[in-house]
Amino acid sequence: MNAENPIWVLISTFGLMSLFAVGGAAAAVPEMHRIAVEVHHWMTEKQFTDAYAIAQLSPGPNVLIVTLIGYAVAGIPGALAATLAMCLPTALLAYYVSRLLNRPSQSRWPGLIQAALVPLSIGLMAASALILAQSTDRTIVAVLLTAMVAVIASVSRINPLWLLLAGGLLGFAGIV
Amino acid sequence: MSSDSVPAVQESDQEPDPVTAPPDLAALFLAFARISLAGFGGVLVFARRAIVEQHRWMTADEFNETFALCHFLPGPNIVNLSMVFGARLRGIAGGVAAFAGLLLPPTLIMTVLAIIYAQFGELELLSRSLAGISCAAVGLLIAVVFRMMTPLLKRVDAVALTLMLGVFAAIGVFRLPLQTVLLVAIPVSIGATYFLRRKVAA
Repeated sequence: MNAENPIWVLISTFGLMSLFAVGGAAAAVPEMHRIAVEVHHWMTEKQFTDAYAIAQLSPGPNVLIVTLIGYAVAGIPGALAATLAMCLPTALLAYYVSRLLNRPSQSRWPGLIQAALVPLSIGLMAASALILAQSTDRTIVAVLLTAMVAVIASVSRINPLWLLLAGGLLGFAGIV
Repeated sequence: MSSDSVPAVQESDQEPDPVTAPPDLAALFLAFARISLAGFGGVLVFARRAIVEQHRWMTADEFNETFALCHFLPGPNIVNLSMVFGARLRGIAGGVAAFAGLLLPPTLIMTVLAIIYAQFGELELLSRSLAGISCAAVGLLIAVVFRMMTPLLKRVDAVALTLMLGVFAAIGVFRLPLQTVLLVAIPVSIGATYFLRRKVAA
């Protein structure tokens, strides 16, 4: 028997991580990558970027990449444990805070804290992009595809799903 | 179109009531399940549309206020929003109903995808397609970063840009743990924002 139950490791890891996930799911990706690939070796680099791709492509909140990580560690119980650990503690925290500040607009602290967190969460998301790009963009064509999508999505309001599917088709055709 | 909660509106042709009666738990669960399953690559737009425009459970201002609160708290914003929103309408049971509606269907889908991936992930074709999707997904993320950065660049907000670059380097380049970085960065950023605002006000 393993001294450390994998379910418990998942719950404590993601429960703690969620409390530091300022700026939402995309900002937590570097930490998920560090834990899952570098610290615990739950997944390979390729499995992690695949999981990110699947989570982007599927409906629902993008945070559900944790479901895939949890499954890789401990099957279906792992998938459920990781998902709940990532989502429930902060949701309950939000519930209690919202009851405390019945009218959040009257205090200036929420606005101030929010303004202070914006640059941090952008920095975190940029770090996610870098870490994912390092494992996914290994060829010139792949870099070009990423750059093209970045430009198109920046200047147009096209549904992101089409860009993901286009990437999938290019990959399927063996071009990327 | 939902058939629930549309009485009283047809009585007059003027502005309909901004907020209708609170929905029951099943309606909350179903509404959030629908929001979640419609939301490819971002649920917020669909949540706003359903809550404010379709069901009229909140006014636009109430929605913004609730979202702002969930945005500055840690964790997945939209998940926080479901709990806070459900609880405002129907107490803690409503919060749980909305939370479950948002998460249960996509978690089941994701689990099925995980099983398929564990079975067939090594297949050359699937692996190549996912590689292509990953490249596009990274591009989308860069576009989001770019869009969020634009206001900071326009204001030439040196403090914010420095903090942003600092966090980016610490996490992305030096691969430091998130907790360590944020335990330093959050107080610094809040302090800097506080003093800058006081200076502007003075």
